[in-house]
Amino acid sequence: MNKKDLGLLVLILVVGLGVYLKNPLFLSPNNLANTANLIGLFGLFAIGQGFVIITGGIELSVGSMIALLGVLFVDMVGNKGVPWPIAMAVVIVLGLALGLAHGLLITKLKMQPFVVTLCGLLIYRGIARGYTADATAGFPFGSVYPGLDFFVARYFGIPVSVYVLAVVAVIAWFTLHRSVFGRYLFAIGKNEEAARFSGIRTDLVVTSAYVICAGLTALAAIFFAMYTRSVQPSSQGNFYELYAIAAAVLGGFSLRGGEGSIVGVILGTILLQELQNLVNLLGIPSSLNFAVMGGVILIGVIVDQQWGAIRARRRIVEAARGTPTATASPEREVS
Amino acid sequence: MPDGGSPVGEPEMAGKPFLRLTGVRKTYPGVVALAGLDMTVSPGEVIGIVGENGAGKSTLMKILGGVTKPDSGTVEIDGVRYDGLTVGGSMRAGIAFVHQELNLFDNLDVAANVYIGREPRTGGILNLVDEKKMRADVAPYLRRLGAHFAPDTPVARLSLAQQQMVEIARALSVNARLVILDEPTSSLPIAETDKLLEVIAGLKAEGIAVIFISHRLAEVERACDRVIVLRDGVLVARLDRAEVTHDKLVKLMIGRDLKVAYAPPHAARGAPVLAAHGLRTATWPTHDVDLELHAGEILGLAGLVGAGRTELARVLFGVDRAYGGAIRLDGKPLTLRGASDAVERGIFLVPEDRKGAGILLDMTLAQNITLPDLPAYAPGGLVSETRELVRAEASRGELAIKAPSVTTRTASLSGGNQQKVVLAKWLAMKPRVLIFDEPTRGIDVGAKAEIYRLMRGLAEAGVAVLMISSDMEEVIGVSDRVAVMHEGRITGILERAQCTEENILTLAIGAPLARAG
Repeated sequence: MNKKDLGLLVLILVVGLGVYLKNPLFLSPNNLANTANLIGLFGLFAIGQGFVIITGGIELSVGSMIALLGVLFVDMVGNKGVPWPIAMAVVIVLGLALGLAHGLLITKLKMQPFVVTLCGLLIYRGIARGYTADATAGFPFGSVYPGLDFFVARYFGIPVSVYVLAVVAVIAWFTLHRSVFGRYLFAIGKNEEAARFSGIRTDLVVTSAYVICAGLTALAAIFFAMYTRSVQPSSQGNFYELYAIAAAVLGGFSLRGGEGSIVGVILGTILLQELQNLVNLLGIPSSLNFAVMGGVILIGVIVDQQWGAIRARRRIVEAARGTPTATASPEREVS
Repeated sequence: MPDGGSPVGEPEMAGKPFLRLTGVRKTYPGVVALAGLDMTVSPGEVIGIVGENGAGKSTLMKILGGVTKPDSGTVEIDGVRYDGLTVGGSMRAGIAFVHQELNLFDNLDVAANVYIGREPRTGGILNLVDEKKMRADVAPYLRRLGAHFAPDTPVARLSLAQQQMVEIARALSVNARLVILDEPTSSLPIAETDKLLEVIAGLKAEGIAVIFISHRLAEVERACDRVIVLRDGVLVARLDRAEVTHDKLVKLMIGRDLKVAYAPPHAARGAPVLAAHGLRTATWPTHDVDLELHAGEILGLAGLVGAGRTELARVLFGVDRAYGGAIRLDGKPLTLRGASDAVERGIFLVPEDRKGAGILLDMTLAQNITLPDLPAYAPGGLVSETRELVRAEASRGELAIKAPSVTTRTASLSGGNQQKVVLAKWLAMKPRVLIFDEPTRGIDVGAKAEIYRLMRGLAEAGVAVLMISSDMEEVIGVSDRVAVMHEGRITGILERAQCTEENILTLAIGAPLARAG
């Protein structure tokens, strides 16, 4: 955990304390579990988004994917009688396929990620709405699916989604921060040309990032469908891609690529959900929800950048004061 | 501490000097960048400044440009003493810079670039840019420079030398009286360099003073009336044109003889390793390249910029697809789907664009060095930092990379050391073919010599080395054979004995050699 993450954590705790003092319900087991569940759900695809952003790309179709895959899942299980494990597998495979399509369009046809995934955003939402003729997809009244209760269950008072996020986060952390593939992701994000000239299969690596993102999004889509129980194709997952991007930015990702961490994106997700909760608990009209989030993100990024600039200046001053002749070689470049 | 050339002392110039520096001193923490420099520049004089990286040239330029203030000493311009010279003050005093990396907007035309930031306006409510006047005003400057392009030519369509002319035209348009050219020829092909030197002569004839900074000593010899040699912030010699010789300059710059600069060529040439048969690149899709690269040789690839040398290198390295023809490795056909295929087979490229394609500036030395072969440092798929650092330390020792540590970001290294990092990447693997594209561009004399030694060492170890270079001295000095390219074709291959500047130039412009031989 670096200093940036620590700062974010402190902010989360301070905001939490403030909310608690205004409304003690904040720390009630039920509120905590609910918020934790949302963190689990949003965290899953925010991590996926993080993989894409590291490469310097962006995935805008997350929300629409959650709607489309959610609709399909509920329809398969509720109306078509498909056993839920098969429906789940189909949904995940479909998600991976969408990610693969995005990756190939971006790497092979050299399209811009923004354009490809913006089209995805429109297309998947449209298909979801067309498929159900804009009707809500839901399970038949009174039907029970014992296996599916797992997705909304709590163990030791903690929602399943949190456990799943924890497992995913640990795997993602090793993948991004320790594995060869992770190093390639950073290298491509920092300078794709130099990465290619080092013999890295950049197309393969970039495509994999989109596949990972879509896979995690598909998983989240099932959780969301089970959480909402019915899927409204025109509103399910609206703006979720922006939550993911915002979480990543708060967590220290650079949209130019090459910078970011799993801890950061998770802390970003936590802060966003905490703010949502704050709006509810403090009686702020929920219509102001987005305004609060936007304001906090804006201030956060400004403070972070200014602080970074101050630190950089201080480092230069310190270097200028205390550098002995021994390290003259890099300094000599200046002369 | 003069140890060569004429004694250090300011010769009295006939006219009043335009610029006079007295005892200019500047120190950075731990480094004396300039140790009390005295120099004058008179109108119509061309002064060469040479020195290795870190000799103090950049500091001197920064002081003249008003970017940095000297700790002590005085700067006098046109008889006026400046104590706190500012950027604006330097400009108003008539000093103009043409930088190594051109500051042009290639989406704009020539006239717009010359007048950027001070465009003539039409007036009135809209107050638009007066394009007509701007173009009309620029035309005379271009004529004075002997430039054969119109003011409305998009800069993107100009050659590098022509782009430099645009920068010089900008200097003329602000009535500059001293034009400072920082490494203007380092990226120019031979023919264009001549053009630039003509332009310098033209400026001189108009009474404009010129300071010419270059690593290319041959051009310094040709262009300058006087040459100033800096070493470690000290002015070690002032030479008149007649006294300037290449050997003397090198010796003064590095403070010792550099006879080892070009290691002796290897005796025996091995079997052909990499061969191109009728290879076509996208730039010259109708022209075939046939070339055989042998183990143990350094094959120089000369030619004018645009001859298709870099494109050939990119195809051989797999980053671009061949437009036609075949590549053979050890006699077997080779299909490259990407650079990764080439790397797998031991075909490596040290690219021309060091900072853009050679290294990752934002990553550490160690991370750069291990990148092409990362799985070898990652038992079980997880990168072992210890293994990385061990490898990087070894590379740092072998190549004498000057860096505070292997976890330093490569952005903070000098050009020569960055180039060594690029090399270290490939040397950490098993190279069979190593392609160098302009390996020593912008690198100082000392680091150049080390890179030549490394190249020769590789060739002697049986690696096939292909070296693209626009530096004539380098091509002739380093190569065992020289292939010359013109418009996408190899127009001739010269054995060492035939490698003369004349022969290479003749082939480079597509003319046949006078006598076969």
